[in-house]
Amino acid sequence: MTQLNEALLRSLTPSVLGILVRRGADFAAAEDAVQDALVEAVRVWPADQPRDPKGWLVTVAWRRFLDATRSDTARRRREDLLDQEPAAGPTPSADDTLRLYFLCAHPSLTASSAVALTLRAVGGLTTRQIAQAYLVPEATMAQRISRAKRTVSGVRFDQPGDVATVLRVLYLVFNEGYSGDVDLAAEAIRLTRQLAAAIDHPEVAGLLALMLLHHARRAARTAPDGSLVPLAEQDRGRWDTKVIAEGVEILQSALSRDRLGQFQAQAAIAALHADALTAEETDWVQIVEWYDELAGLTDSPVVRLNRAVAVGEADGPRAGLAALAALDDSLPRYAAVAAYLHERDGDLATAARLYAEAARQAPNLAERDHLTRQAARLNSGRSH
Amino acid sequence: MAKYLLLKHYRGAPAPVNDVCMDQWTPEEISAHMQYMHDFAARLEKTGEFVDGQALAPEGAWVRYDGEGRPPVTDGPFAETKDLIAGWMVIDVDTYERAVELAGELSAAPGAGGKPIHEWLEVRPFLAAPPTITE
Repeated sequence: MTQLNEALLRSLTPSVLGILVRRGADFAAAEDAVQDALVEAVRVWPADQPRDPKGWLVTVAWRRFLDATRSDTARRRREDLLDQEPAAGPTPSADDTLRLYFLCAHPSLTASSAVALTLRAVGGLTTRQIAQAYLVPEATMAQRISRAKRTVSGVRFDQPGDVATVLRVLYLVFNEGYSGDVDLAAEAIRLTRQLAAAIDHPEVAGLLALMLLHHARRAARTAPDGSLVPLAEQDRGRWDTKVIAEGVEILQSALSRDRLGQFQAQAAIAALHADALTAEETDWVQIVEWYDELAGLTDSPVVRLNRAVAVGEADGPRAGLAALAALDDSLPRYAAVAAYLHERDGDLATAARLYAEAARQAPNLAERDHLTRQAARLNSGRSH
Repeated sequence: MAKYLLLKHYRGAPAPVNDVCMDQWTPEEISAHMQYMHDFAARLEKTGEFVDGQALAPEGAWVRYDGEGRPPVTDGPFAETKDLIAGWMVIDVDTYERAVELAGELSAAPGAGGKPIHEWLEVRPFLAAPPTITE
C-alpha cells in the first residue's frame, strides 16, 4: 500500500462511517464494517485502484455491515434497512465528519476511551496501531474501543456536540508525542486540520496553530542521544519555518475574529517564541501579557507556573520568584521553576538543591535526566 | 492516561490485616486467592486497563560486573532478603485515583478463612514520555 493510498483511505474514513450511520446502521457495527472495508482496500487497491474510492468504500462497508447483521439475530432490522437503502442522496460529508468527532469525544467517555475511539473511527487507524502507540496490549486496546462504542451507542448521531470536548481529545493525542510506528503528533495535526475544514471555529484554528508551532520545533527539541533540549538552547536554524509561517497565519486569522480562547492564547505564546531569532530576542513582556490572558481563561496551575518563568525573564529573577511565591509549592514542576529562577538570581547552592528535588519529582524520564544534569552541572561547578 | 505498577510484596510491606502465611491456608483458600487474581486481571482487560502481570519466584541472586574479560560475579541465591517482590501488575488508567481504586480491589483478594487479606500494595507511576507542549 502506498503512503498516498493510506492517506487517502484514512481521510475518507469519517465520511464513509457517517454515511453508514445515516443510512441507519448503529455506530458500533458501522465502525467495525468500515474497518473491514479499510483492510479490504489495503488488500485490493494496489492491484485495482477504484475510480471512485469513497463510493467503493461505502459499498464494501455497507455489504460488510449487512453480512454482520445477517449473521446476527437482527434480521428484521436488516430487512427494514434494505428497504431504505437508496436513501443516500447528496452527502453532507463535512457534517458527518463533524458529528463523528462529537460522538467520539462524547462527555460520557473517559479521556483514554475518547482518544482511542477518535483515532480508530475518525483517524482510521487499526486497533493494533493504536495499541502500539500507547504501549498497551492489542487485546486491551480492543476492549477499550469496544467499551467506548457501547458507551456512546445510545447517543444520537445528529446531536450537536461541544467543540471544546473534541479539542481536548485532539490536544491529548498531540501531546502524547510519538512512539512506535504511529506519529501521534502528526496524526493529531491531520485530524485537527480535517476538523478545521468541517467547522469554522476560532479555537479549532487556535489549536491547529498551536500544534503547528510546536511541531515546527520538533527536530530541535531533542539531542541525538534523545535528551531534551530546552527552548533557550535549541538550534533555531532547525525550526521548520514553513510550518511556523502556516501556524502564524492560521493564528492571526483566528485572533482577528475577536473570540479569544485558551488555545489561541497558547498559540500566541508559541508564536512569540517562534518569532525570536535568538532566545535573547524573545519578547517576554508580551509573553507575560498572554499568560495573563490565559490565566483568565483557564485555572490551569501550569499556566501560573509558566507565567512566573516569563515574569522572571521579563522583569528579572526576583520578580519571578515573587510571582512563584504566590503559588502552591506542591504544584508539579514547582521545584524546577524555583531552581531555574534561583540560578538566574545567582543562588547556585539553592538552585542545585532544588534541581535535585525537582528531578526526584519529575513525571517523565527526559525531564528527570535533564534536571539531574542541571543539578550535577551546578554541583560540579561549585566543587572546582 | 498513565501507567502504574502495582507491586505485591511477600515481605517488606507493612503487615496486612489478615496476616496468615499462605502455607497455613487451606488448599481451597489458595485456589480462591489465585482465582481472584486471575478474575481481576481478566476484568481489567475487559475495561481496557490491563497491560501486564507476572509473578516472580521468591529466590533471586545478586549479580554485578567484575571487570573487563571476567564473568560477572554472582552472590546468592537469597531467599531471606528484607524486601521480597512476589509479583506485579501494570495498569493503564485515566487517573491516579483510578489506580488507587484498583489497587484497593486487588488488595481485597481472599486469604485465610476466605476473608480479604487487606495486604499493602505498592503503587508506583511509570515515568512517561515528555509532553510536547510545555510552555
